[in-house]
Amino acid sequence: MAVEKKTHPLIVSVSPHIKGEESVSRIMWTVNLALLPSFLMSLYYFGPRALFVTALCVITAVLSEYIFQKSLKKKITLSDGSAFLTGLLLGMNLPPSLPFYIPIAGSFMAIVITKQLFGGLGYNIFNPALIGRAFLLISWPKAMTIWKEPTAVFATLDAKTTATPLGILKEEGLGKLLEVFGDKANLYTQLLIGNRAGSLGETSVIALLLGAAFLLYRGYITWHIPFSFLGTVALVAWVFGGKGALFTGDPIIHLLSGGLILGAFFMATDYVTCPTIRKGQIIFGIGCGAITMLIRLKGGYPEGVMFAILLMNCFAPLIDRGVKTDLFGATKGQKK
Amino acid sequence: MSKTATFKRGIHPEEVKELTASTPIIKANIPERVVIPLSQHTGAPAKHEVGIGDLVKKYQLIGSPQGFVSSPVHSSISGKVIAIADFPHPSGKMIPSIVIESDGKDEGISSKENPDYLNLNPDEIKTIIRDAGIVGLGGAAFPTSVKLSPPKEKSIDTVILNGAECEPYLTADHRLMLEQAEGVVNGLKIIMKSLDVNRGYIGIENNKPDAIEKMRGVISTELNIEVIPLKVKYPQGAEKMLIKAITNREVPPRGLPMDVGVVVQNVGTAFAIYEAVRYGKPLIERVISITGRGIKEPKNMKVKIGTLMSDVIEQCGGFTDGAVKIIMGGPMMGFAQWRLNVPMVKGTSGILVLTGDDYIPSEEYFACIHCGSCIDVCPMGLNPSMLSILSEKAHYEGTKEYNLFDCFECGSCAYVCPSNRPMVQFIRLAKLMVKP
Repeated sequence: MAVEKKTHPLIVSVSPHIKGEESVSRIMWTVNLALLPSFLMSLYYFGPRALFVTALCVITAVLSEYIFQKSLKKKITLSDGSAFLTGLLLGMNLPPSLPFYIPIAGSFMAIVITKQLFGGLGYNIFNPALIGRAFLLISWPKAMTIWKEPTAVFATLDAKTTATPLGILKEEGLGKLLEVFGDKANLYTQLLIGNRAGSLGETSVIALLLGAAFLLYRGYITWHIPFSFLGTVALVAWVFGGKGALFTGDPIIHLLSGGLILGAFFMATDYVTCPTIRKGQIIFGIGCGAITMLIRLKGGYPEGVMFAILLMNCFAPLIDRGVKTDLFGATKGQKK
Repeated sequence: MSKTATFKRGIHPEEVKELTASTPIIKANIPERVVIPLSQHTGAPAKHEVGIGDLVKKYQLIGSPQGFVSSPVHSSISGKVIAIADFPHPSGKMIPSIVIESDGKDEGISSKENPDYLNLNPDEIKTIIRDAGIVGLGGAAFPTSVKLSPPKEKSIDTVILNGAECEPYLTADHRLMLEQAEGVVNGLKIIMKSLDVNRGYIGIENNKPDAIEKMRGVISTELNIEVIPLKVKYPQGAEKMLIKAITNREVPPRGLPMDVGVVVQNVGTAFAIYEAVRYGKPLIERVISITGRGIKEPKNMKVKIGTLMSDVIEQCGGFTDGAVKIIMGGPMMGFAQWRLNVPMVKGTSGILVLTGDDYIPSEEYFACIHCGSCIDVCPMGLNPSMLSILSEKAHYEGTKEYNLFDCFECGSCAYVCPSNRPMVQFIRLAKLMVKP
């Protein structure tokens, strides 16, 4: 035969023979990058403590995934960026002032118990970072609710202890909150830029939205979960959030405070633990919003985003079974 | 640019058509020998009508159809039958084939011309098309005369010519529309006549503006034929997607185009029909693209059916150093080949040779992370994620609930999957393991 193939053996595989550029590691590292503005803001407001807590979480997450996979002779998957992301998200969900063992325990819980023991990336039922945080909140309820005042670049290790806006709202009411912040306009502004007590990465709404907009633009997240989540929170806050009469609540305070923006854009949208079908994601988002507000208004905690997402994680597979994709030709089709 | 017709979802891979888009079709050399498979179509294989040692001429019938869904096979050269046996086929199987050694003369038997072809009646047209061995040249190779004979209860009101050519790399249909525009349109008119239909469309993707212009020029005096520019999106050329884009009708699940009153034919098929009905030529050659960065001189060529792939590649300068993968057809739905001695068959739209610099799928894949990308792109509105997981875990029966058999394996899901999952492989496996 005149034509011969010598240089390489021929590769034979099932079609398609070309492939798009997306990969799990590209997605995960992009999400990590989208969290950078919020992380920088946490450094700005909470200083070295923010770096200390977040670094502990990330290092523990990466190390424990490595040790787990190594000891079980599994493939090491650190380069996919998912363990790093879990560590980063957990760090951003923690208060600034914690003894070193608490972030380590939470990160271990997230990676080893919640993710790897269920089969690793793709198989976990619950959002690992949120289980890590829930575990810490239940195990060390006191340490996990000591909030520090944001003290900008001058952050010292002994910044004043204070309450979060949602904490004040729950315990002492809107009047007290306005007293602390002056007026509503100032309250909104401070919540927007993040100059308030709270978990490290949750305070700066502007920084979080910047990262979220980037992810929406890249198509790594879609509007379905965050918008239905936020919309439900706003609606419930407006209808039931007021003192006494219905329809007198302030939805903006609820939207801008707590871990809502971080949760709605970065945690509830976790592919593995939310429904896969877009229509189902709207149901999921509404459920997250409803449970969040139920806890905020009627529950024992001032904030409910974490438990709301974890509870809805349980329903994700069920929602995916109940909601169907739009099969081509199934609804319309006959001749015009 | 005017609004372009399209369907929901789908993907847009790199087109890479520039390798051959402006290369005119050239006639390939007459091969020294051809291997003509008796099965190049969907349906029953043809039965050989010649014996070893027989002398045959070009256009001569060498295999006769067996049953309604079948197709005859003709010799593409003149020469001597030297073997009738199982030979490698691009599908990967061994298929009974007739091997003919050329006498170098390329002599044809006389054929019956029909200058007045538009006044033939539908049955005469269908008989000619059937006897000429014409099958769908878009790839599926379904016998055309069967497609043109829908059951009485299905009333057909629209014929669509498929000039989308949505597979990356391939340009054979593009060149054919540019160089044989009249023949293609005449083919469409014959199809419309055979079905007694008054409405014809030619759908062409917007990345072929010259073809759109050329075809529009040819049909300028035809009141009932329209050229529809289509959005450049894969799989725009899939029948159901094309019908949706042009007529806004949706073929029901597991249904056929005739269920919504439409017959779709590839532009290459239309040209073959014209050649058969007007000049009496059976289908013995077709235009293919030989392309990809693994080919030294990418070309569009008219090759005789039965020409071996090695012959064709040799006429394109052979392989470049980096060539690692040979595909019969396009990169999305073509078949990877592992031997060079397979023949060009009626359904061959191209030979694509990829290099290591092009993407070569790796064997390593990961768990589904449920990102939903595959659902976002599936043109059939399926849940490929779930299908792949059920198949991976051997829960084959469960795939039926997820409309397994509506998948036509376009590969869009696999193209976008960040976990690099072999989606089409999982789905094909499930299709083998369950009964429809």
